Amino acid sequence: MSPLICREQPPADLLIRRAHVLDPRAGIDAPHDVLVRQGTIAEIAPPGSLGTPDDAELVDGEGKHLFPAFVDPHVHLRTPGQEHKEDLDTGTRAAAAGGYCMVVAMPNTDPVVDSGPILRALRDAAAREARIPVGFMPCITQGMRGEHLTEMAELRELGALGFTDDGKPVTNAQMLRLALQYQRMIGGVLALHEEDPALSAGGSMHEGTVSAVLGITGIPSISESTMIARDALIAEYEGGRIHIQHVSAEESVRAIADAKARGVRITGEASPHHLTLTDEAVHGLDTRTKMNPPLRAEEDRKAVVDGLRDGTLDCIATDHAPHARDEKEVPFEQAPFGTTGLETAFAAVYTDLVVPGVLPLGLVLERMTSGAEILGLDVPRIERGRRADLTLVDLGEAWVVGEAGYESRSDNCVFAGRSLTGRVLMTVAAGAVAYRQRAFSVVGS
Amino acid sequence: MTARHLISVEHDLDRERIERIVDLARSFEEVAHRPIKKVPALRGRTILNLFYEASTRTRSSFELAAKRLSADVVNFAASGSSVEKGESLKDTVKTLSAHKPDAVVVRTPWSGSAQLVAEWSGAAVVNAGDGKHEHPTQALLDVYTLVRKLGSLDGAKIWIVGDILHSRVARSNVQAFRLMGAEVTLAGPPTLMPRGIETLGCTVRHDLDDLKEADVVYALRMQNERIQQPYLPSLREYATRFQIHGRRLGPRQVLMHPGPVNRGVELSGEVVDSPQAVITAQVESGVVVRMAVLYELLEGPRAPEGAQQRAEVLA
Repeated sequence: MSPLICREQPPADLLIRRAHVLDPRAGIDAPHDVLVRQGTIAEIAPPGSLGTPDDAELVDGEGKHLFPAFVDPHVHLRTPGQEHKEDLDTGTRAAAAGGYCMVVAMPNTDPVVDSGPILRALRDAAAREARIPVGFMPCITQGMRGEHLTEMAELRELGALGFTDDGKPVTNAQMLRLALQYQRMIGGVLALHEEDPALSAGGSMHEGTVSAVLGITGIPSISESTMIARDALIAEYEGGRIHIQHVSAEESVRAIADAKARGVRITGEASPHHLTLTDEAVHGLDTRTKMNPPLRAEEDRKAVVDGLRDGTLDCIATDHAPHARDEKEVPFEQAPFGTTGLETAFAAVYTDLVVPGVLPLGLVLERMTSGAEILGLDVPRIERGRRADLTLVDLGEAWVVGEAGYESRSDNCVFAGRSLTGRVLMTVAAGAVAYRQRAFSVVGS
Repeated sequence: MTARHLISVEHDLDRERIERIVDLARSFEEVAHRPIKKVPALRGRTILNLFYEASTRTRSSFELAAKRLSADVVNFAASGSSVEKGESLKDTVKTLSAHKPDAVVVRTPWSGSAQLVAEWSGAAVVNAGDGKHEHPTQALLDVYTLVRKLGSLDGAKIWIVGDILHSRVARSNVQAFRLMGAEVTLAGPPTLMPRGIETLGCTVRHDLDDLKEADVVYALRMQNERIQQPYLPSLREYATRFQIHGRRLGPRQVLMHPGPVNRGVELSGEVVDSPQAVITAQVESGVVVRMAVLYELLEGPRAPEGAQQRAEVLA
């Protein structure tokens, strides 16, 4: 059973002409014509060399870049039960608008995804509503209560990519140990939200100079790093496979690097907001800057960037966490954690890290897709004969986040109002056109 | 600096504005000594007290200040109101703003809420305490009290002692005292000292060994109602290390406390009643300073004519 699922869409026939094709994995970095026939990459040829077939849409790629479309192993699509925040349709529309061709939904919904029937119903809904392929990670523990394992083996047979209690840590070490023993038997990955609730209790932002001045209870970086160190030791002992979600602190990056050096089967992800923002952004107490783990200090941000560069952190994941406006329009300490991120991920990282020369574009593109590798999925690649998973981007176009609204149902984006460079014009996911920017004109058809 | 609101010392006050408010407060001083304690300065203006947290002294101080300026005062307390029926802060503010108050005085247990009220209401907003964040009128009345007592804060050494972690008074006062030229030391156990608080430009100590150097000793209230975790092994042990008592307080030092005092915890009974203590003067200052704040926000920086003349006569 394929772990990824989306609604049926007509396969694309496209000729993308003269776009600068950049795929570090495929070793391409030059202008080309790319022909997509029936959703498959049929031809990659020198620019201007391919004639337009009668039945294909012609896309002018001149001055634009064509990348393998992105993969996000960590999003919240809020279905079932919280459709006032997001649903499978709006969430995957936001993903496509951000250049993504596959996303993995977290199970902390209402009810949580902790049983076969719920997972099956969710996959059925995705087959009707999702615009790009969606994968699911059910819970590690029943009800996400941390007390009893879910039926992991059965869930895995029903298409579970892995397991997570995201939003909550697996506080009980014995529970994690049992889950790792099961994980080793059935495969998949355990994705861990690392937080010691005794250390983070009552906290709303990073514990540091800004929280000291604002008088807001802090979430210390050790609430994350100590749990990563513990869980890496448990995974090492059991030979299990763990993935650390949204790494935010310097000590956490170090704990993962140490574990990798010991040969622990551990991977890590960084979110665009932890890569580009610090707790200074929280100073105005805008609730859009409230997320868990929180925006941390500049040393932490730099360590996350360095970790992404040297491979300690394997991929970029948004932790796209939509919330309704009235839920966020409350005093900071009362607001729920989370920022949306799918529509801004590439542009934020490109603007703040690639343009200033901190990270090379090729590396960012790899990290925007390597989430697939972590989950044992095919990594999108621009190669003849491969299914078309493509995103066409104008690296020269600046746009103001939120000015034209969002594809997501929610507008709690931490980058709102920022001018970002790099605009997704078109996304092809699983061989079908999943997104086209409204203002982007197509030549001929 | 002029501003439409008084939300934080950090963003809304500079030395010039503090001095202006101190001058205005001094001009209102005389009103409290009249047989009829009222001036018509804010006649016809409406001031809304919006209190989401229990408060007797701050609320009554604001109410008295507004009434002495002849403003109409509406008190809104969260308990027994629509808040208990689940109304959000935003909807409450929008609803009450429909009555067109000229100023809203707001206290809540949540940092940043005064700023939100300012965004949602058309009125001038005065922060009367937002969570552990700031309490700017307390800082102003403390500055006023000290200016009256010492003449100036320039070069004064001020020690703030006690539970810094849970104190909005400490956060506002450090900044206001520094704006007025004082050197500030924070002293208390590490468990009640927020990590990174030095960023406000103060020194942090975990003992009272050099307390003698202080011109002013400002003791904070042990906020038992705010403390959800056992931050201290015991209040008894705390008192042995950090209580301000007769042997620790010198005869020329000024003793302050924002009230209400826990006698026998942060202060011994005898220092509360000592001549060094200006705790009741702080309460008196509260009314005139809040008159000055409300007046400055609603009428501008110049004192009303009558008050100004009498102040000069008094000086």
